[in-house]
Amino acid sequence: MIDVIDLRKSFGGVEVLKGITTTIREGEKVAIVGPSGSGKSTFLRCLNCLEDPTSGSIIFEGVDIADMSVDINIHRRHMGMVFQQFNLFNNKTVLENIMLAPLHVKLTELRKKKLKNVFIRLYNLFATDKKPLYEINTTRQQIRQEVRDNALRLLKRIGLEDKADVYPSTLSGGQKQRIAIIRALAMSPKVILFDEPTSALDPEMVKEVLDLIKQVAEEGMTMVIVTHEMGFAREVATRVLFMDDGQILEENTPDQFFTNPQNPRAKEFLSKVL
Amino acid sequence: MGSFEKKVIRFWEIFINQNGYAKVLTGLKNTLIIAVVGLAIGIVIGTVIAAIEVMPKYKRLPKVLDKICTFYVGLFRGTPIVVQLLVTYYVVLPLLGVNMPPVNVCILVFGLNSGAYVSEIMRGGILSVDPGQMEAGRAVGLSYTVTMMKIVVPQAVKNILPTLGNELIALVKETSVVSFVGAADLYVAFSYIGSNNYEFMVPYLAMALIYIVMVMIIAMFVRIMERSLRKSDRRN
Repeated sequence: MIDVIDLRKSFGGVEVLKGITTTIREGEKVAIVGPSGSGKSTFLRCLNCLEDPTSGSIIFEGVDIADMSVDINIHRRHMGMVFQQFNLFNNKTVLENIMLAPLHVKLTELRKKKLKNVFIRLYNLFATDKKPLYEINTTRQQIRQEVRDNALRLLKRIGLEDKADVYPSTLSGGQKQRIAIIRALAMSPKVILFDEPTSALDPEMVKEVLDLIKQVAEEGMTMVIVTHEMGFAREVATRVLFMDDGQILEENTPDQFFTNPQNPRAKEFLSKVL
Repeated sequence: MGSFEKKVIRFWEIFINQNGYAKVLTGLKNTLIIAVVGLAIGIVIGTVIAAIEVMPKYKRLPKVLDKICTFYVGLFRGTPIVVQLLVTYYVVLPLLGVNMPPVNVCILVFGLNSGAYVSEIMRGGILSVDPGQMEAGRAVGLSYTVTMMKIVVPQAVKNILPTLGNELIALVKETSVVSFVGAADLYVAFSYIGSNNYEFMVPYLAMALIYIVMVMIIAMFVRIMERSLRKSDRRN
């Protein structure tokens, strides 16, 4: 699903990613672990081009999204992302946060279709070979209602439907992060990228967020998770990538990795964190 | 004692009986229109410039646009507004063959001028918004422009509202030079009254009072707006 080929990234003169090659298959849950400064987050952020790769390619569903000429926005819609700092839109209510992107995408599509239809009608006035119009079977209101219903359904799922109309600043960290997760889900993505989703949370809120991630994982969502929660990685992941110094040093099943790591640096890392 | 009172009475006579109030009202209207519409134009121009300046500059187009904006800001911050008015009215517009009423010229020049200042204010505002907001917008597939318009700029505007209020107040006061190109503002109205009976003390005092009251009202409006925009904050 995502093929990463010789991905490199430099900041200034410093090479942070030194040639990463891996494949993320559909339905996989890949945990990326490693010491801080190893390039895990940079790697994850390169996957949806929040950081533009310096070289190499990222083939997502047959398209090289590392190529600067592709319209990255279209592909990002299929890749959800959850941040360490939640990054809910502060000027929008919870419901608006969830609705914003799907609503914008769908309304823009509708507008484009309508505009094209205007041109086709104009063309049909003068041409003998009549072109068919684009089918428009929804109105703006219907789209809005649909997106809203979906957002409310997702909110209900995490039990926060009573928070629909409040602003993010009044929520706890755990609530914010769960809303950030369903905001990603609202786009029906094919893969979700988690950038240390629990690192900025108070300890008592970690569990509610991990539980939601686990639920989403069980539904078959493809996931790439950068995490320091080793227990969680072991439980949820189907594959563990150990990164250090901008390279993948070990790639293994969680059982193998946590009980019998092969790479010496992975051994050292695990002896410190476990 | 008697002389000042007499002056006030004479002023009042002209103000009421000789159409002085109509001139003052026109002046007030023009002053406000020039300042408010000018600021509105300035905010639009300033936001566009600020958005261009904070854009990542990998490609050629943003680089070129950035150069143009730097030139524009340098030009309008580097010359006094009176000079800009005079040059626009007596040089640029005649050369272009455009005939415009003085008030419209003033609106245009004040808009262009405040655009240069607002761009810097707005840039500061945009930089004060957490970069995570832009990243989150981009990560859900919104374009740079859409994220800017829907997420970043609204938060930036909230942060810079007090400074924008300042800019509006400055504009209101700067409009006192528009008579250089023949636009009728408060100064024109009150010096008309003054020159009618060769007495300038009271009219100019009244003019000062009107400016102060106007600025106080604007400051109050800015406060009210600030409060309503702060509703997304925890403490309000």
